[in-house]
Amino acid sequence: MIPLSWYLFLSAALFCIGLFGVLVRRNAVAILLSVELMLNAVNINLVAFWRYGNTASMAGQVFAIIVFAVAAAEVAVGLSLIYSVYRRRSTVIADELDLMKW
Amino acid sequence: MDASQVIFILSAALIVASALMVVTTRNLIHAALWLISTLFGVAVLYALLEAGFLAVVQVVVYIGAIAIMFIFAVMLTRKELRDRGAQVNAAWPAAALLGVLTFGGLLVIFSKWDGLGRLPAEMAGTSDAMLSQLGIALTSPDLFVLPFEVASILLLAALIGSVYVAMNKK
Repeated sequence: MIPLSWYLFLSAALFCIGLFGVLVRRNAVAILLSVELMLNAVNINLVAFWRYGNTASMAGQVFAIIVFAVAAAEVAVGLSLIYSVYRRRSTVIADELDLMKW
Repeated sequence: MDASQVIFILSAALIVASALMVVTTRNLIHAALWLISTLFGVAVLYALLEAGFLAVVQVVVYIGAIAIMFIFAVMLTRKELRDRGAQVNAAWPAAALLGVLTFGGLLVIFSKWDGLGRLPAEMAGTSDAMLSQLGIALTSPDLFVLPFEVASILLLAALIGSVYVAMNKK
């Protein structure tokens, strides 16, 4: 039997690793990879609370499925933006995309 | 220590180790492959939590579609893969501190909550019954059909939007 705390600690660690990646990576594709880590940490929590709470209500799993859909949408739009920027400016380094920086 | 705890510890070690590789490795193709390994570990956890459908969706959607799209994106921007300069920006010590502090803050919040030692609840039915419950919950007007439809519209809009953004406008 696994206590609930194990899942919470694991997803907290995964979220913080993803947060670190989002903040430090220079390559825009790598930033999106780190966002995926954070979304997965959230999903582990949702499913763990479903399993350790009231399993008759499927809310936890439904939320996890909606997070899947949002992650897919985010990746599709994010990667096409990166690709479009890359074609025009030949870079995917986030520091160099300063067109809108004041 | 029973079998499920051993499986949990192995997959947790896999998840954390490959997540660290995702954020630190220089070669982006390798980062995407390490992400696949992380996602696979999470799928094992879903199976451990008796959410079999989510484990399958994790493998099919995340590993089969999202991770492959990342590899495509890395290959389409291949020139930048040659790691011009550092892969991390100058603020990385501050970001590492922020990550550790967030983790510590979460641990403090957890320690103040008394449900930490909670054990898995009784399953409300057999795994087949839970799967049909999930299907009913997703499509029943009393439950989650509205968020489900909104998610489909979001996906459609993202699909059209990404085709438009990436289109080569002569």
